Amino acid sequence: MTRERKNAGPRPGQDPSAAVDWELRLYVAGQTPKSIIAFANLKKICEEHLEGKYRIEVIDLMVNPQLAKGDQILALPTLVRKLPEPVMKIIGDLSNTDRVLVGLDIKPLT
Amino acid sequence: MAQQKKNTKPAVELLQKCPTGIKGLDEITGGGLPQGRPTLVCGGTGCGKTLMAMEFVVRGTMHYDEPGIYMSFEEKSEELVRNFASLGFDLNDLVARKRLVLDYVHIDKSEIEETGAYDLEGLFIRIGYAINSIGAKRVVLDTIETLFSCFADEVILRAELKRLFTFLKNQGVTAIITGEQGERTLTRFGLEEYVADCVIFLNHQVAEQIATRRMRIVKYRGSAHGTNEYPFLIDKEGFSVMPVSSLGLDHAASTERVSTGVERLDTMLGGKGYYRGSSILVTGTAGTGKTSLAAHFVDAACQRGEKCLYFAFEESRNQIIRNMRSIGIDLEQWANKGLLEFRNSRPTLYGLEMHLVTMHKAIETFNPAIVVVDPISNLIAAASATEVKSMLSRLIDFLKMKQITAFCTDLTAVDGGLERTEVGISSLTDTWLLLQVMEESGERNRGLYILKSRGMHHSNQVREFCLSGDGILLQDVYIGTGGVLTGSARIGQEAKDKAEMLARRQEIERKQGEIERKKAVVEAQIAALRSGFEAEKDELERSINREQLRQNILAEEAQTMARTRKADNLLSTGGSAAKGAKTRKRER
Repeated sequence: MTRERKNAGPRPGQDPSAAVDWELRLYVAGQTPKSIIAFANLKKICEEHLEGKYRIEVIDLMVNPQLAKGDQILALPTLVRKLPEPVMKIIGDLSNTDRVLVGLDIKPLT
Repeated sequence: MAQQKKNTKPAVELLQKCPTGIKGLDEITGGGLPQGRPTLVCGGTGCGKTLMAMEFVVRGTMHYDEPGIYMSFEEKSEELVRNFASLGFDLNDLVARKRLVLDYVHIDKSEIEETGAYDLEGLFIRIGYAINSIGAKRVVLDTIETLFSCFADEVILRAELKRLFTFLKNQGVTAIITGEQGERTLTRFGLEEYVADCVIFLNHQVAEQIATRRMRIVKYRGSAHGTNEYPFLIDKEGFSVMPVSSLGLDHAASTERVSTGVERLDTMLGGKGYYRGSSILVTGTAGTGKTSLAAHFVDAACQRGEKCLYFAFEESRNQIIRNMRSIGIDLEQWANKGLLEFRNSRPTLYGLEMHLVTMHKAIETFNPAIVVVDPISNLIAAASATEVKSMLSRLIDFLKMKQITAFCTDLTAVDGGLERTEVGISSLTDTWLLLQVMEESGERNRGLYILKSRGMHHSNQVREFCLSGDGILLQDVYIGTGGVLTGSARIGQEAKDKAEMLARRQEIERKQGEIERKKAVVEAQIAALRSGFEAEKDELERSINREQLRQNILAEEAQTMARTRKADNLLSTGGSAAKGAKTRKRER
């Protein structure tokens, strides 16, 4: 499996596989403009609101099409919040930050 | 409407069709669904879309070696497996053998948050992956309209659907997409816009509390197709369509004859009975023996080893068997041997079309030589007379095509004209027997007429129709000085005639005896006279002899006298002297 793992914002000395509060999975199909924008948006939001408490896993369905079934992926890009439960799905390029925050159930830091 | 796109291409390549394996559907579509193109199946709730789609995939894997994908947006895979197990489809087995992929696409709107531009590439990838995993040729999406309720952005969705159908075409798979019926449109969200090649509409109508399923091919690009509404059936063997209205009048006509089971009726029909593959109609009022006539026909056919299918709309199987036993016909033995099958149902059980479809199906599976419909008039309860007529004409056409002899009974109302069938199908039938009640001197008797029998000599005589413990007996009615008589009047008249004849015969015998007697008397008299004469004759002859003897003696005595007297002349007296002279002369 060539699952691409990106740990955004790791702290020095932290084990990448260590438990984090937020486990996010971003499904994309190839390096399309939409997926690039979505990843950039996601990273930005996470850095702002969940610094150090999250892990993003990017799954390219062009490479691993069999994974589409597991999380019931239809629309792309789709961000799945695996943790904390319940599982949430956010579709689209994540350009609407407010809605992403609502979808991820993150209280904006004020 | 059809053939627009195809004809623009100069290449004369006909549209390839993908057989569905669904009974009847391939006949209507002329071979199946358009190969490599999506087909839309739409209709209301519970009209059979899912079943048709699943049969398309399953039959494809089983009969045409075409693996399939069933992508369900509504029912879970386990539910589908359970639901279709009742049809005898083992979906789990097909999945295990990699002939089928069941993919349940679950979308929960509450889980989804839309945050900007997206597409349905994920679904494409999923379908594409499933297709590649087993090399699928058939794909079902049931029902993709669910997407509309899950994604808010209809503009994106519509654009993506268009892309999806192009994608399916490019994959070269034959696809069925199902859609719910809309208010005015065929589908609620206008899916027909995307699937423009073939649209099949399923309908489930209830008229007068009787439900009928019908299907119609709304459009089929690049191919001719049946345009009518065809009734279809969903039963334990799945989906079956009956292209019943597409029959013509070009059936073969057999010259083979089949016995009616009643010897004298055979005689009345040119001595041989009905034509094989013809249609026979028996009309009559209640209790005239229509069913008994049918039972005789069935019995005779079963004895020849032919298979009979009996559609009874009035009586149950056991009731018919019991009742026919009373006239000495054991139908149960044939039923047990598998030669006779009963299909009993109330006419109101379902619509007329459904009756026709069920009958078709039963005929197709049982493949009988003879079909009995008893009685056709009861079908009126399920529909109007014109509909019944059209249904029966299609049934009869169908039976003629298959060279099956059809035996229909028809109950006529007492007040109606007798030579009129309740549903006006007499013109459709080849042989028409009329059973009529003759009321006379306080009793009802049955008369049998042959009103018509196409293509054979038949008797114009009325026969009295009697039911006995040994079956039907046809008797000549009494036609004589007393008029036309039946029943006990006939028997009485016959007895009277017999007595009269006896009296006449006795008179003749008596007179003949008299002649004999007179002759004997005369002969006795002759004999008496003759014997009297004989006696007299004897007497006379005796006296003649005596006289002669005496004369001789006298002559002797005269001679002797003469000799003693030494007379010269020995003549003495008269004759004796002359005699004496003669004697003397001789002596000289």
